[in-house]
Amino acid sequence: MDTYYNPDDLGKFGDMGKESPELWNAFMKYYAKVFEAGALSEREKALIALAVAHAVQCPYCIDAYTRASLEKGSNREQMTEAIHVAVALRGGASLVHGVQMRNTAEKISF
Amino acid sequence: MAPAQNPVLPFDDALKSCGLFPLTAEGVSILQVNLGRRCNQSCEHCHVDAGPGRREMMSDGVMEKVLSLLARENFSALDLTGGAPELHPRFRELVSRAVSMGRSVFDRCNLTVLFEPGMEDLPAFFVRHRVAVYASLPYYRREETDAVRGRGTFDKSVRALELLNAHGYGMEGTGLELHLVHNPAGAFFPAPQAALEAQFKVELEKKHRVFFNRLFTITNMPIARFDSFLQKSGNREAYLTRLAGAFNPAAAKGVMCRNMISVSWDGHLYDCDFNQMAGLKVNHGAPDRLDDWSRKLLERREIMTAIHCYGCTAGSGSSCGGETAP
Repeated sequence: MDTYYNPDDLGKFGDMGKESPELWNAFMKYYAKVFEAGALSEREKALIALAVAHAVQCPYCIDAYTRASLEKGSNREQMTEAIHVAVALRGGASLVHGVQMRNTAEKISF
Repeated sequence: MAPAQNPVLPFDDALKSCGLFPLTAEGVSILQVNLGRRCNQSCEHCHVDAGPGRREMMSDGVMEKVLSLLARENFSALDLTGGAPELHPRFRELVSRAVSMGRSVFDRCNLTVLFEPGMEDLPAFFVRHRVAVYASLPYYRREETDAVRGRGTFDKSVRALELLNAHGYGMEGTGLELHLVHNPAGAFFPAPQAALEAQFKVELEKKHRVFFNRLFTITNMPIARFDSFLQKSGNREAYLTRLAGAFNPAAAKGVMCRNMISVSWDGHLYDCDFNQMAGLKVNHGAPDRLDDWSRKLLERREIMTAIHCYGCTAGSGSSCGGETAP
């Protein structure tokens, strides 16, 4: 294996259904339903997915939801703002744990 | 650049898989006429390879044949394209005479042509002849539009839309139709038409106070300049594979070539403007020249197909009138 991430592997995603087709089918049915327009539009859902893809740092998902966002009518400005939401959450989540640092420091300090 | 190999099955195989082979016409209600390849723009997606340097323009002889055909045959609409059709010296005469014969006329307008020398009266001319304007505007932002159509195009296009609005085009109650045509700014598919139309309406009104009637989405065709882009950027195989993978039989049933004929600047007949650029004349026993026009043979003709036909049948479909299977 030359690299852990190979773009062609995205096309093999369906292979994950080979050992547990029932779970795979249930997941895919759920997955498709999630991205249908509901209270949120398909475009908004693709932007959320794009932000989450960056938060979980999944290159397959970034590839897929960059394209999906463009194909739902979003532009780079909107997509960049969506990524900043992920960045803010990740940064904020780290920073808010600083309170635990302070709690611990206070507890063990004079 | 050497011709690229096609990574997908022939289009006819896709038609066979859903019982649509051979694809046949169901009539000839729209006459689309390509007046030439000269254009004031050189867009990245252009399947015509049109530009200011092109010299191919319809001759007087062919123009007379088009007018004669319009006079003796019934068409629901005359659809004028190019290049920039307005740059043809007999554009106005063709429109006037077609309208006097009772034909509806569509003009496929790049918007910026309105600011070319001698075009100052074009909006008023359109109004007088009730021409339906189909205007190219890839996106409601400068960045995407200029990336497709060249720097400065977006601002000029907005000014042209303001001008057309001022003449009543796209305004409620006037009946003057102003439709926008979107194509993606790259190797990806267009957004769903209705949702994108809503976005365009909100953004163009909010930021520029311009109005239009409908938005039509068109898939970029793997022909000419866009095909070169696909090859150069290493996107061709993936793009064709996605187009073929998105083949939709409902869209195939509704393709525009089934009820139109496309006439080239030199008087040949094609199933559509894309086949024109691919050099695929009408065939299978139907006449391929205006001189040999036969409605009987043309309205039930077998359509000529090629790999680019996947562009019209992917997903919700694509045509000069937008989606065909929304």
